[in-house]
Amino acid sequence: MTVAAALLVLTDGRFPAGGHAHSGGAEAAVRAGRVTDSATLEDFCRGRLHTAGLVASGLAAAAAAGVHDPRTLDEAADARTPSPALRRTSRRLGRQLMRAARAAWPSPALDALAAARPQGAHQPVVLGLVVAAAGLTPQDGAYAAAYESVSGPATAAVRLLALDPFEATAVIARLAPDMDGVAGEAAEAVRGGVDALPAASAPLLEVTAEQHAAWPVRLFAS
Amino acid sequence: MHKEHAEAFPQRHSHSAGPPLGPAPGRPDGSRRALRIGLGGPVGSGKTATVAALCRTLREEFSLAVVTNDIYTREDAAFLLRAAVLAPERITAVETGACPHTAIRDDISANLEAVEDLERAAAPHGGLDLVLVESGGDNLTATFSRGLVDAQIFVIDVAAGDDIPRKGGPGITTADLLVINKTDLAPYVGCDPAAMAADAKTQRGRLPVVLTSLNSEDGVAPVADWTRTRLEAWQQRETVSQ
Ligand SMILES: Nc1nc2c(ncn2[C@@H]2O[C@H](COP(=O)(O)OP(=O)(O)OP(=O)(O)O)[C@@H](O)[C@H]2O)c(=O)[nH]1
Ligand SMILES: [Mg+2]
Repeated sequence: MTVAAALLVLTDGRFPAGGHAHSGGAEAAVRAGRVTDSATLEDFCRGRLHTAGLVASGLAAAAAAGVHDPRTLDEAADARTPSPALRRTSRRLGRQLMRAARAAWPSPALDALAAARPQGAHQPVVLGLVVAAAGLTPQDGAYAAAYESVSGPATAAVRLLALDPFEATAVIARLAPDMDGVAGEAAEAVRGGVDALPAASAPLLEVTAEQHAAWPVRLFAS
Repeated sequence: MHKEHAEAFPQRHSHSAGPPLGPAPGRPDGSRRALRIGLGGPVGSGKTATVAALCRTLREEFSLAVVTNDIYTREDAAFLLRAAVLAPERITAVETGACPHTAIRDDISANLEAVEDLERAAAPHGGLDLVLVESGGDNLTATFSRGLVDAQIFVIDVAAGDDIPRKGGPGITTADLLVINKTDLAPYVGCDPAAMAADAKTQRGRLPVVLTSLNSEDGVAPVADWTRTRLEAWQQRETVSQ
């Protein structure tokens, strides 16, 4: 029997895992004038999907596959996240996801990682374990991470720019084929070792995340 | 839209590193966690001023910590730090992504982590008795999840208009304590605090209403007295269940 509805529960924007306070770099891009409308939002989201989104997707799929020690994947996530601010954000969100997931899908694997990383493991690694705990597949994990990498900034842009929410949703819908591609690529990469997992990077996201973390006044935590 | 978490998230007393349903970090002997009180209410009604005054009044008797939820700055935390009402390590600011009510009601994960981190950090120093969680100023429907706080105070003020208690809303009608603040301004804004309190009482049944003017000497006393009573009841309960 295929288990699929759990994926809807997990990726629902109302799943209480802390994502609402984060813009995925959109706030810095809006301030810099790079994201001003739905067309530029789409460019931003596509860029994030094929870089940070692909990396997260690979890590989530690998964690869901259960062939590697999650702590090894956590180190692999560190290696793929140069910005200390983004590492902190990822671990904080990982810890918040852990809390919600242990209520929704209690599992010894989640307990073990929570004990090994009390301050939080990287969010995509936690996400992969949650996917497995929910009875979903590595491919589902890849999808969840890919989707989150664009839904976060798109939702934030609605608040930051007073963007038409229908247009923002249309942006996400237009990116669906890209998400299919990224999730497929990520799930495929899991066949190799940890070093073969995607390691794409978006230097501008890393740089602006550091700048954003130092702003005294901001709407979003990242 | 607004899910009820009280039943679905039994981990309110646990932390992410602990056993799934284990106790919260608290006193070194593990006997109790701090009482958690939320303060909500419209923008500028005097929540931060109440928190500051409560800290000054209660800090000699109890071990305190504060979590603020600012909308887009760390102003509330910065104010409390400047006013030095508590040691800096006892004050934490949570960022809410422009949505304070989400962070105190629909997705309380960041606030729970902040509360638990404060408790963990204070554990070697005798633990905490009370954690005050201030919500960023929001609308009249913003209330705290029972998964985050044990009791909540809703703060409104006379300057926002004397029809607010009559209009009601979950904050006014269900908060464990309703504070009508800034009574010193009543003559200037042409409103009658006693009539506001009477309207509020109609809405609230047996739940208490107090009038405060934080500008006056010991103006926070009614709130401090209520808090002390809650704390004593909480600590008694915790002792009994040991
Ligand atoms: N006259 C008078 N002013 C008060 C009283 N209480 C607070 N204030 C003032 O009201 C202003 C707002 O008070 P805050 O405590 O910052 O209000 P708040 O509810 O925390 O505001 P937000 O966090 O921005 O929603 C400040 O300038 C306070 O000094 C009072 O009892 N009387
Ligand atoms: Mg305030």
